[in-house]
Amino acid sequence: MLGAKDGIPIGLGYLAVSFALGIAAKNAGLTALQGFVTSLINAASAGEYAGFRVIADKSPYLIMFAVTLVVNARYFLMSCSLTQKFSPDAKLPQRLAAGFCMTDEIFGISMAQKGFLDYRYTVGAAVVAYPLWAVGTALGIIAGSVLGDNLVTALGVMLYAMFICIVVPPAKEDKRVLAAVLVSMLLSLVCSLAPVVKDIAEGTRTLVLTVIISAAAALIFPREEATENE
Amino acid sequence: MSNYIYIAIMLLTTVAIRELPVLLLRKPLENKFLSSFLYYVPYVTLTVMTFPAILRVTDSLYVGAAALLVGTALAIKKVKMFPVAVCCSTLVFVLELI
Repeated sequence: MLGAKDGIPIGLGYLAVSFALGIAAKNAGLTALQGFVTSLINAASAGEYAGFRVIADKSPYLIMFAVTLVVNARYFLMSCSLTQKFSPDAKLPQRLAAGFCMTDEIFGISMAQKGFLDYRYTVGAAVVAYPLWAVGTALGIIAGSVLGDNLVTALGVMLYAMFICIVVPPAKEDKRVLAAVLVSMLLSLVCSLAPVVKDIAEGTRTLVLTVIISAAAALIFPREEATENE
Repeated sequence: MSNYIYIAIMLLTTVAIRELPVLLLRKPLENKFLSSFLYYVPYVTLTVMTFPAILRVTDSLYVGAAALLVGTALAIKKVKMFPVAVCCSTLVFVLELI
């Protein structure tokens, strides 16, 4: 199947990282089946991680909606870009199938295709990568309790490492992103230490900081073209 | 508070985010503020979730700080995601043994 081959390295990376995600899911009280289904349909590292924190915090359902909306907002942008890549003949079910597969990595390889995008390429990559993401999550939930604390802590760091790998390259290329990242680090640190604010649930804090800092960045450093760097 | 309701909200929201543009859009976003906002969101949110949380993965601040520095350095050197994750993870495991 088209795209399946390119889905293999992505899926293997997913397997390891989703294992760490599974440990976070277990801490939130999810069963292996719940984690599997969540990952298979959601396929969003940061979104799921933030969501598991909301569950762990037992925050209101509305917070879950708001956190998911903001943390996964980038997929909205990716899907917007994706619509530009289809042949005008592409049918709606085909477009929707490809839209379902928008992760950072699969979006990346799909947009790197020459000419119009054949939806089968995107779906093929996801058919390989998504189950590995889901299996890794379930394994993390099951084995997270078997492994020693040291090993669980060490594996948990993988997720942060993955986040670092997403943030650093654009911050290196684009000074505006670097500025936003540095301000985010500072404010996040302050909010984790400041009285009152530090007692707000982490998922909620992430949400509020993301909206404020991103909006400020958009006002101070607006991007000239909607498709710039995409 | 039920896990199933949380998960259902998470899934429906994520699928809607991915599919709404496909359903509705034929052109790129024209609104400069919105497209700029959406551009910065992933980097800000990942940074906020990673820092200072990574410093608290163990009882010692230095272990998390070491993972952060090594991960950042490797990412600057354009090492791929998976090897960086393995390096940081191994580093934390080894430092914890000491």
